[in-house]
Amino acid sequence: MADRYIEPDTPELRARWGNFAWTEANAAKAKEIVARYPEGRQRSAVMPLLDLAQRQVGAEENTQGWLPIPVMEYVAAYLDMPIIRVVEVATFYTMYNIAPIGRFHVQVCGTTPCMLRGSDDIIAACKKRGMKPGHTTEDGMWSFTEVECMGNCASAPMVQINDDNYEDLTAERMDAVLDALAKGETPKAGTQEPGRHTVEPSGGPTTLKEMVSENHDYRGEW
Amino acid sequence: MPKVTVDGVEIEVPQGATVLQACELAGKEIPRFCYHERLSIAGNCRMCLVEVKPGPPKPQASCALPAGEGQEIRTDSEMVKKAREGVMEFLLINHPLDCPICDQGGECDLQDQSVAYGRGGSRYHEHKRAVTEKNMGPLIKTTMTRCIHCTRCVRFSEEIAGVDEIGALYRGESTQITTYLEQAAKHEMSANVIDLCPVGALTSRPYAFEARPWELKKTLGIDVSDAVGANIRIDSRGREVLRVLPRVNDDVNEEWISDKARYMVDGLTKRRLDKPYLRRDGKLVPATWNEAFAAIATLNPGNSIAAVAGDMLDCETMFAAKKLTGALGSSLLEGRQTGMDYDTSSLAAVNFNTTLAGIETADAILIVGSHVRWEAPLVNARLRKAVKRGAKIFLIGPEWETTFGGEFLGEDLSVIGNLPNHVWETIRDAKRPAIIVGGAGIGRGGLEAALSVGEQIGIVRELEDGTRWNGFNVLHMAAARMGGLMLGFAQKGGIADIVAAKPKVLLSLGADEVDYTKFADSMIVYVGHHGDKGAHAADVILPAAAYTEKAGTYVNTEGRVQWADKAVFAPGDAREDWTILRALADAFGVSVGFDSFEELRAAMISEVPALGIEGLADYGSDLPAGGGSASGPIAYPVKDFYMTNPIARASATMQQCSAELLHGEEIAEAAE
Repeated sequence: MADRYIEPDTPELRARWGNFAWTEANAAKAKEIVARYPEGRQRSAVMPLLDLAQRQVGAEENTQGWLPIPVMEYVAAYLDMPIIRVVEVATFYTMYNIAPIGRFHVQVCGTTPCMLRGSDDIIAACKKRGMKPGHTTEDGMWSFTEVECMGNCASAPMVQINDDNYEDLTAERMDAVLDALAKGETPKAGTQEPGRHTVEPSGGPTTLKEMVSENHDYRGEW
Repeated sequence: MPKVTVDGVEIEVPQGATVLQACELAGKEIPRFCYHERLSIAGNCRMCLVEVKPGPPKPQASCALPAGEGQEIRTDSEMVKKAREGVMEFLLINHPLDCPICDQGGECDLQDQSVAYGRGGSRYHEHKRAVTEKNMGPLIKTTMTRCIHCTRCVRFSEEIAGVDEIGALYRGESTQITTYLEQAAKHEMSANVIDLCPVGALTSRPYAFEARPWELKKTLGIDVSDAVGANIRIDSRGREVLRVLPRVNDDVNEEWISDKARYMVDGLTKRRLDKPYLRRDGKLVPATWNEAFAAIATLNPGNSIAAVAGDMLDCETMFAAKKLTGALGSSLLEGRQTGMDYDTSSLAAVNFNTTLAGIETADAILIVGSHVRWEAPLVNARLRKAVKRGAKIFLIGPEWETTFGGEFLGEDLSVIGNLPNHVWETIRDAKRPAIIVGGAGIGRGGLEAALSVGEQIGIVRELEDGTRWNGFNVLHMAAARMGGLMLGFAQKGGIADIVAAKPKVLLSLGADEVDYTKFADSMIVYVGHHGDKGAHAADVILPAAAYTEKAGTYVNTEGRVQWADKAVFAPGDAREDWTILRALADAFGVSVGFDSFEELRAAMISEVPALGIEGLADYGSDLPAGGGSASGPIAYPVKDFYMTNPIARASATMQQCSAELLHGEEIAEAAE
């Protein structure tokens, strides 16, 4: 995501988010998070707190959530740390959204293994719904990003949507997932291949077959 | 003390030294960008790669590698050469080839090192990245495309200045150095990042496109904007001072100077007094030197003459004035323009006794009436270092934004007399306690009250290692103060004594802070360089030289005698101060006993020998007992950091800083 940028600090932004404060539930959670770190090291809590803040923003505006400048300032003040240090963290990690985002953030992996297994089709399926890289669709539903390897090569191609991964995709399966999300359902996360559970070899094990049913002792066979 | 071998030569290095430092000790130059002696180690430019055995068979970043016993370090192998070439090639990938229009050209680390350690040519044909310029305020000009992300500026603002305002946003190729929301850098030492920047990303905005470094005459000088006496290099071309840079002096300014010291020099060409003036019918009109001298001489003041020294004077000028008034039979000399009348019978009691470097080692510090950040930014940086070592700092006075924490105890001087228990216990039990009395705390009995606290806790003591510790400090604000006190520019009752004496002639030596309404009956002869408050009140103006235009001796607040050279000539008919005073002696028909600067200096040294020895003057470590009580609200004398002296007030840069950085919000509000 080469062209990440911080949403400009406008009076409208200040008006909307200037009085951001933890909700009651999040205030308790924030307290618990800060308490995880030793005395004097409270600043270490900046990452989980930024995530919490992003989720709270998301819950408020029914999107994946992002971090407006006043919210980052709130977190900085909460941890008594310089605001620039908070912005450094928020801009460094791509899982913090620093500009407004849609309801679902569709991150399609386009790195070699996924590409070889057909990520181009997945991207085409997304584009058909009006998604463009780095943009949110007009209905505010979908934000689309093409990303680099997310570590699910064994079940490529994959896409990450908000907190969940959807793997072993084809264009049809991708459509099914997106349709379900659009309807407000929660599609099954992980592999979409029928009969596959996680990333075990497709079509059954090819090695250590005896281990499937019992704890087999191979040592005699070496 | 590990022994290492550098390029076949075995040397012993101090415990904890890095491989880079070991190489330097062995006399080998290691190229570097991100490493800086006074900042933390980042290790991100990779330019300092060397070969180290034992270790992995690859080049290692020497700045971040501790030197260990038996290491074999090579800085001259083929591997090192190739590694340096490779790193340089990577650094230059995104660096623009705009050296001809870059202000850093000629004094650029990247330029020099690419010549010395880089490949002959580029193999890169793709697009270079471009980065938008960032606003960092009126002093720092940015061209961020040139940035190589060494993060020296980030570390400086966090570690030395103590104001976290510069950061590295985004990551990887998109990394950008910026201030938060591109707000101006708002602290008193911000421009030091310009010196730190190894490339032309951060350059000086007022000096932009002014000159190339090789055109400039470099003169060694002493800063007079505060009493720290920072060592500076004055870069001039022709008759104009173009810029001021810090010189390294670990005892005084390390290698920083305040923004005021750096940027007030453009005021040296504005509002200058370049010809004598006489007041005729209530108006100042230009005159010749002869007319001016005649006007003073016809008054025939006899011994009814007094001299008031300004804040930026060199000792020679003050001594010449002392000789002149002495020859006329007067001893009415005063330097504390604003009316302070603290006791000066013991100079040790009004000196910064720990020394500036020594305050870093103090473990409990009580600051009385000093806005250190504005009165001496370089001391503020030292205090921050002390706190980092574990010192506790307590302050008496109105709250200001410290960069080192600290606890404010109250706004009234009377707090010295009844310190809270925990404060009292902390400084009583400290191994190296220190007290700093500032300009706002020294009067109204504050000095005596602080001395009495010092005596009760035994602030002068022998340390465990046998050295003597004198933790009692006075932090002055005027560069001329300690020199003036050594030369006797102090009356018992302060300037009030001079007012009471009603002198016929008042010699005002660049004194711009005096309340001249009290001298309505005196003829005020202003010997100075700027048309500021003093000149407005004057009856005769004799144009003199500013600190860059005369050689001189300066004594800083810790009693350190330092010499400055003359960089340029004074403009127009202005003359060096001592020659004016010498000519005045002729006009009065008296002899002052010197005809040349050398004779003047020799006479001064024979009278005050300490002024002849560069370094700390010895005032003894016996402090007067003090006592009595002090009371009254503390009000810091510096109301505007950028406007404390006539040169700064004349400087467009300082005016802009004052308007944008200190009064920016007020201006914005007025506009709305």
